[in-house]
Amino acid sequence: MDPAAAKLIGAGLAAIGTGVAAIGVGTLFGQFLSGALRNPSAAPGQFANLIFGFAVTEALGIFALLIAFLLLFT
Amino acid sequence: MPDPIHQFEIKRILELDLFGIDASFTNSALWMVVAVVLISLLTIWGMGGRALVPNRLQSVAEISYEFIANMVRDIVGVSGMKFFPFVFTIFMFILFLNMLGLLPGAFTATSSISVTAALALLVFFTVIIVGFAKNGLGFLKLFVPSGIPKILLLLVVPIEIISFLSRPVSHSVRLFANMLAGHITLKVFGGFVTMLIGTGGALAAVAIFPLTMALALTALEVLVAFLQAYVFAMLTCMYLHDALHPGH
Repeated sequence: MDPAAAKLIGAGLAAIGTGVAAIGVGTLFGQFLSGALRNPSAAPGQFANLIFGFAVTEALGIFALLIAFLLLFT
Repeated sequence: MPDPIHQFEIKRILELDLFGIDASFTNSALWMVVAVVLISLLTIWGMGGRALVPNRLQSVAEISYEFIANMVRDIVGVSGMKFFPFVFTIFMFILFLNMLGLLPGAFTATSSISVTAALALLVFFTVIIVGFAKNGLGFLKLFVPSGIPKILLLLVVPIEIISFLSRPVSHSVRLFANMLAGHITLKVFGGFVTMLIGTGGALAAVAIFPLTMALALTALEVLVAFLQAYVFAMLTCMYLHDALHPGH
């Protein structure tokens, strides 16, 4: 296979990872909302945990995106 | 399409060679200096009046102080307040670099892995030094979670050590990759606009759609710029908490 074509396919495959991270971030915020609506008074205290979970989850999607960019532009 | 990577090119403004090390003043350094000057202006000039009823600038300085002070108190504990200047400096520095990078034509210093890696390593070594200075060899308890069977320790301790060593990597790459990805996406949508207008005719009218998208993405990037600075500072607090209270 042409190396340039293989690179583009690889970048496309790496981009799947961002979609998987999207599932994680969606679950995170969805669960937070369902919990927050059950007990709204406890919700503000969990904001830091929410953001921490978001950062850790989102980082993995960003790593996948980074690999895609590296394949595309280097 | 214009090359979306071009914006991250480091340009030497002032050539400088220190004993064989290339220490040139670059556009990255220029924007870091701008950030430091703006932060100094905000905090020194803003708090200069020390009015009981703060004006706008003083309010901003006080809100950012309170924001970080609450975070340090919540996560590290009251005993961690001596690290407040450290966390506050890191937060404001990253926040201003991220925000300044959103200005058209500006350089985003946090989109270089060298900058974020330096910040992450600073945090990493601070945690190690503070941890050993405060707890002596007790700091190693960080790698031995209490309340698990002895036999499982063979498995858990290496995992804990690997996760500790990979902290600076994820800490720096998260910020760097977020800024890089955001700016590349903005540039790509900007490229769509110029390409569509360049074709002329009816297609030029379609350029409004990527333009709207670029606008929405810019708004998202403002949020991301703040969020990543917050996340970086919060993780710093969590690592410092580990250094001060290594027992799980």
